[in-house]
Amino acid sequence: MTGFARFEGTDDYVADAELMAVVDAAVALGRPLLVKGEPGTGKTQLAHAVATALGRPLLSWHIKSTTKAIDGLYHYDVVQRLNDSRFGDSDVSDVGHYIRMGVLGRAFSSAEPTVVLIDEIDKADLEFPNDLLRELDEMAFHIHETDTTIAATHRPVTIITSNAEKELPDAFLRRCVFHYLAFPDVARMERIVRVHMPTLDDDLLKVALDRFFALRRRRGLRKPPSTSELLDWLAVLVHAGIDATRIDEAHPFLGVLLKQERDLVAVQKGGSTWTD
Amino acid sequence: MFHAFLYRLRAEGLPVGMGEWLSLLRALQQGLVADVDGFYRLGRALLCRSEADYDAFDIAFADTFRGADLDPAIRDKLEAWLADAIARSSEELVDPSKFPTDEDLWKAFLERLREQTERHDGGDHWIGTGGTSPFGHSGRASRGIRVGGAGGNRSAIQVASERQWEGYRTDHTYETRDLSVALKLLRQLQRQGAWELDLDGTIDATCKNAGDIELIERRERENQVRLVLLMDAGGSMAPHAARVEQLFTAAEEIGTFKSFDAWFFHNCPYGWLWKDDSTGERHATAEVLADLSPRHRLIFVGDASMAPYELFSATGYGFHDAERAPGIEWLRRFRRRCPSSIWLNPDPRRWWDHPTVAAIGGLFPMFELTVDGLREAIGTLRTPV
Repeated sequence: MTGFARFEGTDDYVADAELMAVVDAAVALGRPLLVKGEPGTGKTQLAHAVATALGRPLLSWHIKSTTKAIDGLYHYDVVQRLNDSRFGDSDVSDVGHYIRMGVLGRAFSSAEPTVVLIDEIDKADLEFPNDLLRELDEMAFHIHETDTTIAATHRPVTIITSNAEKELPDAFLRRCVFHYLAFPDVARMERIVRVHMPTLDDDLLKVALDRFFALRRRRGLRKPPSTSELLDWLAVLVHAGIDATRIDEAHPFLGVLLKQERDLVAVQKGGSTWTD
Repeated sequence: MFHAFLYRLRAEGLPVGMGEWLSLLRALQQGLVADVDGFYRLGRALLCRSEADYDAFDIAFADTFRGADLDPAIRDKLEAWLADAIARSSEELVDPSKFPTDEDLWKAFLERLREQTERHDGGDHWIGTGGTSPFGHSGRASRGIRVGGAGGNRSAIQVASERQWEGYRTDHTYETRDLSVALKLLRQLQRQGAWELDLDGTIDATCKNAGDIELIERRERENQVRLVLLMDAGGSMAPHAARVEQLFTAAEEIGTFKSFDAWFFHNCPYGWLWKDDSTGERHATAEVLADLSPRHRLIFVGDASMAPYELFSATGYGFHDAERAPGIEWLRRFRRRCPSSIWLNPDPRRWWDHPTVAAIGGLFPMFELTVDGLREAIGTLRTPV
C-alpha cells in the first residue's frame, strides 16, 4: 500500500493486529508512539521488535528520576573543559570538542534511519516531557555553545514507554500516537510463553497459567504478578523438576511470583485455592 | 458521518481538538486505513490520550456507526459506492497538493460537510455522507467502512459496543496507582534537600578565582508539602471503605511529602481523632489542631451526610467529648487553622443535596472521591499559602 515497512511482529515478539496498525500509523505520520501499560506487558520489547522488523538500529534512552531533557540531546562537558584549561592537556579553544551527543542527538545526526526508545518517561520530573516537545515535533535542536543546529536527516521512529507512575502533560499527549497495552489474555499469554519456552510441557503450562491468572484475579494484592514473573516462575518450576500435579501442594516458589511480603503471606494462608 | 462522530466524541467528553482531528484526516489521506477495524484502531490511537478515554471513544464509535453491521441494504449501497470510488482516479481521491496547509484541508472538509448536510436528510447518518462524499479523506475512510468484510472476525463496531474499557475510566473507578499518580501533582519544591554540586556557581567562582577550581554546592530541591488525611470511618462509610483504604495506601506510599499523617473520625471530627481505627489509639483533636500550621494541607474524606443534630448540636454525637463543641465548630477550627484544605466525598455529586453535606460543602471545597475529583481537588490544594 504505502511506502513504509509494515510491522508484523518478529519471531520472538507477539504483536496483535491492533498493535501493528498503531505502529504503522506512528511510523507513517512521523509521530512518537506512546505505549502505556502495566509492567510486563512488553512495552520495551516492542521497541526492540520494531527495530528488528524495520531493520534499523535501536538507540535506547533509559529515563531516571534525575534525567533532564537536554541529556538526550547533548551534553557540554564543562567540567572536563575546565579541568583541561587548568592543567592544559588539550585544546580548550574548540568548544565542539567538549560536546557529547545524547541519544536523540545521535539519532538525529545518524546517516541511516533509526528507532529511538525513550524508556519509562514517567520516571522523570513532571515537566520533562514538555521540555522535549519542540525537539520531537521538529526533530531538530540547537547547540548554543557551538551555535549549530542538529536536524534529523531521517525522522527516527520514536517509541516512548510509560508505566503511568506520573501523569504526562496534555500538550505532550496531543503530539503522540497513543496505545494502551492491555495485559495479555490467557490465549495470548500462552503464545508469549511458547515463544520464550518452546519445549515447555503442555500440562505444566496449562496448570501454571491457570494459577497465575487466578492470582491476578485475586483482589487486594499489592503487586500482582506480571509476564516476566510468570516466565521466571515457569523456568524455576522446570529447573526444579516440578510437574503439573505438584503445583497445588505447597505453592512452589511463590516468592518468584509475589514480591511483596504481605501478598505472599496472604496467599499462603489461603491454602490450595490460590484465590480469596 | 464524520462530523457526527467528531461531535459525538466531544459530547462524550473526549477533548478532541482540531490538531488531533486533522491528524486523523491526514492519516486517512495517506491510506493508512483499509477497513472499519483499521479506522477504529487508528481513531483510538490518535484521539485518545489515555486508556481512561477508551470507553468514551467506544461509546461514541458504537453510537455513530451502529447499524452498519446489520442492514444489508446499507451494506450494498456502501459496496456500490466503494466500487465507484475505486474506479475513480486516485489523484481525485487522495491528492495532498490540493490542500497545502492544514487550514485548506480543514476548510475543504467543512465545506463538504455543509454540502452533505444539505443534500441528505439526517445528514448525521454515516452512510449518506459516506455514500456521496467526493472528499478524498473521508472517502478513504468510508471505503474503510467495509463492514462484515474479509476476516470474519467481530467488527470494530461490535467490539466497541462491548465497552471492555469501562473499567479504565477515571471518572468513577480507580486503582491505587491512579490515585498516587494524581497525588504526585501535589508538590511544592524548595532547595532544602541534600547537598549537590552547583555547576554554574562552580564555574563562576572558578573564573573569579582566576582559573583555580573552586567547588560550590547547593541544596537539592525537595517537596515541601505536609499532607494530613482525615478519614471518616463511620457506619455510612462502610461501602466506601475499600476506596478510602486505597487513597490512604496511595498517599502513604508516595513518601516524598515533607510529612504525612492520617487520622480517623466517626461521622465528623469531635473531641477525639483515632490514629488507628482497629487498636483504638486516639488523640485529643485540640492537640492535633495545635500541631497543625497553615502550611499543612488537609484532605478530609467522608460522605458528610448525617443527622443534622450530629453536626450542629453540641450534645449530638459528642458523648465522648469533654468540651461538647458541635462537629461543625471543630471543622471550622480546622479550616481556620489550615486554609489549604478540601473535602473528598465518596458519594456521587447528585446525592449531595443534603443539609449537612451543604453545610460542610460551604466550609470546604468539596470534590468527588474519584481520580478526576482528586485531580481537581489537588489543583485547589496546590496554590501555595
